[in-house]
Amino acid sequence: MPIPDRIERTIELAQPPVQVWDALTSAEGLGGWFGDRATVDLRPGGEAHVEWDLDDSCHNATLTIAVVEPPNRFAWTWRIQGLPEDDPRRTYVEFTLAPAGAGTRLTVVESGFAQVPDGLLDAAYQGNVAGWRKELADLVSYLDAAA
Amino acid sequence: MPRPDPEAVAAAVFAALAEPTRRSILGALATHGPSTATDLAALLPISRQAITKHLELLADAGLVLAEPGERRRIRYRVNAAPMTIAQTYLAALARDWDSKLAGLQRALAGRAAQSPDLARQPADLPATERDAGP
Repeated sequence: MPIPDRIERTIELAQPPVQVWDALTSAEGLGGWFGDRATVDLRPGGEAHVEWDLDDSCHNATLTIAVVEPPNRFAWTWRIQGLPEDDPRRTYVEFTLAPAGAGTRLTVVESGFAQVPDGLLDAAYQGNVAGWRKELADLVSYLDAAA
Repeated sequence: MPRPDPEAVAAAVFAALAEPTRRSILGALATHGPSTATDLAALLPISRQAITKHLELLADAGLVLAEPGERRRIRYRVNAAPMTIAQTYLAALARDWDSKLAGLQRALAGRAAQSPDLARQPADLPATERDAGP
């Protein structure tokens, strides 16, 4: 089974796009349905900080806002949960709001889970890479001897 | 050997973790740091021979790295890279958009109930029922 790279969901909401947009992009909105508290610098390149209260600690995430097209498109990138702080991988989350009758059809797509930087895949197989180095060294000696 | 794809790397991690002995060896290496088969045999209720066999399998799969050294003194350590590849797999499965979106739906309905002028539909009906009508 391939690593799922992309998550996609569509829901129908009774509220019009402007109201859904506000819930998605305001500090009050993001701090209500998505996290427990949020601050938002709503512009491409701006950051939103979201916090979640856990039983005895606090979990937080930084969203780097990528697209702000009210009231139709809002996107951010963020770290993949569970990976070390210095891991460069980020997933891309995009919300698309389309009018549907008096309400909104909201689609969210999160993609990029399956990305693996080249260096990491190499590091994952350091043992084999080392084996190859030896074999390549043997090949060089062989070719040198044949020359 | 052809370059493995991420899925193969993740599969190797999950296969290793599915086996109790290998799970306990990886756990001991994570807890105690680089160790020899002899060190691990002192920590785990498993013979040194069995540990050596499993360590070789884990090294072949890239999950532990053997530090150079004389055969009995070889120290093994966890190689984190395959774990972080497997973690992205788990992250995709654990990303719970379903409950987040249900929360959004509830939050919007709650706000609409507080400001009736914004509620064009009865807020307490699930969206699917509202949209089933003409």
